[in-house]
Amino acid sequence: MNNKSEQSPVDHKTVKAPGKLARMFLSLYDVGQFVTRFFKEGFLPPYEGRELINQCYNIGYRSLLLISTTGLITGMVFTKQSRPSLAEFGATSWLPSLVAIALLRTLAPLLTGLIAAGKVGSSIGAELGSMRVTEQIDAMEVSATNPFKFLVSTRVLAATITIPILTFYTALVGMLGAFLNVTVNEGTTMEAFVQDSLESITFLDIIASTVKAVIFGFTIGMVGCYQGYNSSKGTEGVGKAANSSVVIAMFLIFLEEVISVQFFALFRTT
Amino acid sequence: MEQKPPTNKNAERVVEIRGLNKSFGSNEVLKHVDLDLYKGENLVVLGKSGTGKSVLIKILVGLLKPDSGRVLVLGNNVVDISYKELLALRLKVGFSFQNSALYDSMTVRENLEFPLVRNQRKLTRAEKKRAVEEMLDAVGLLKAINQMPSELSGGQRKRIGIARTLILQPEIMLYDEPTAGLDPITCLDINGLINEVQERFHTSSIVITHDLACAKEVGNRVAMLLDGKFERQGTFSEVFDTDDERVKTFYEYNFIQ
Ligand SMILES: Nc1ncnc2c1ncn2[C@@H]1O[C@H](COP(=O)(O)OP(=O)(O)OP(=O)(O)O)[C@@H](O)[C@H]1O
Ligand SMILES: [Mg+2]
Repeated sequence: MNNKSEQSPVDHKTVKAPGKLARMFLSLYDVGQFVTRFFKEGFLPPYEGRELINQCYNIGYRSLLLISTTGLITGMVFTKQSRPSLAEFGATSWLPSLVAIALLRTLAPLLTGLIAAGKVGSSIGAELGSMRVTEQIDAMEVSATNPFKFLVSTRVLAATITIPILTFYTALVGMLGAFLNVTVNEGTTMEAFVQDSLESITFLDIIASTVKAVIFGFTIGMVGCYQGYNSSKGTEGVGKAANSSVVIAMFLIFLEEVISVQFFALFRTT
Repeated sequence: MEQKPPTNKNAERVVEIRGLNKSFGSNEVLKHVDLDLYKGENLVVLGKSGTGKSVLIKILVGLLKPDSGRVLVLGNNVVDISYKELLALRLKVGFSFQNSALYDSMTVRENLEFPLVRNQRKLTRAEKKRAVEEMLDAVGLLKAINQMPSELSGGQRKRIGIARTLILQPEIMLYDEPTAGLDPITCLDINGLINEVQERFHTSSIVITHDLACAKEVGNRVAMLLDGKFERQGTFSEVFDTDDERVKTFYEYNFIQ
């Protein structure tokens, strides 16, 4: 799988080719070690503060435009599509709260997560992958520095910090889209809109979304770093790392969404 | 071209390899390799492409693990050494990569600063600046200090790679094909640099190459990797004074060219 010394307990190449099941467990074990290493080393000094800030900026900046447009359009379209159903009951005045709940609870975290998986995950995977392939990671290692700390810890932390911020930003932009639609159609004022939507949101919603976004961010950073850091040699390794970063992160995000919806439902009274 | 003086074999051994085996799956690369590096010498390792030269020196810095054998580097057995000890050892062993492996998201200055600031945290800003500039000056590329690696030529990248390695003041230098893919004049430059490093920093070096002119110019001693073993070692003329077809082909091809 990789040729680093301090990390893989077994040199997979020298072991007799293991079967499919054994390989799966070996790679699960590898992933487990990778994640453990992050928690063991990521929070110990010396810190790579500058690189962390760099990465936060990178991640936020890279996805900002896409997230802004997606958020705005989603807010508008979702409001527009929900109107007829509510109108049947003469309840179009519920639109602000409906949209607020939908956006905050699910749409914003999920949209942000998926977009970041595409933009951020793939670029982390490709960047670390090409560093592995061109032996830049090995070069860091032989110069007695810790590439894991510099490359992986910073990126995972940056994604974990930035994705929640982006999520609330998406929700905000989405609400703006919804407001534009509502104010044109129902003539609702900004004040009324804000009040309606705030009233429907609970503290639990905010906590749940934050937790979800943190998990999504961690997932995106971890998957991208793992794929890139352990990418195979050769240029096709870079492409594979970028590609699988996106696919695996998206899959995990859906899975985590399903699980967390179940989990937070336990705390909801209504 | 004058021949370099032969190695003083009474000198201390900084690297001692005994019975080293390494294979990848069914591909046996190194078969029971024995090799010494004496203090202060430049040892040239010759060998066909794919014979395991890079693998050999990667084992010396713990990037690859041998299957069996004893590998002593500055008295440390790299096979069963703790990660912390390995880091301390890596500080004393410089590794210049075959493809330079410059950090391509950083400028030349940041490339050199990267190992420096992480290993010598007490340096002041001015000291860092001076160390970087001195080292770039030593490899003749001070003017490239603010350039990105992608803006440099292959030969310049090699030099920067060597400077980045030297900045930690290693006792042992490992050069992986420092002249591969360069024109003859740049090769001469790099050879000069390797010799200068030997004199100025008193390093002991292993220089991997296919290029016999380079071997002759920088090597106090030559070892040739043939089919997974160092069958021929000695001065340049000792190694090539043989009827072994594999060695003769190597020699003739290089000098007829
Ligand atoms: N990480 C690895 N995994 C599997 N096989 C490897 C690995 N590294 C090297 N090899 C194999 O080991 C053999 C020797 O490789 P090495 O890179 O040491 O050759 P080399 O002598 O340096 O050749 P060159 O002069 O072309 O650089 C090759 O057959 C290569 O395929
Ligand atoms: Mg090589």
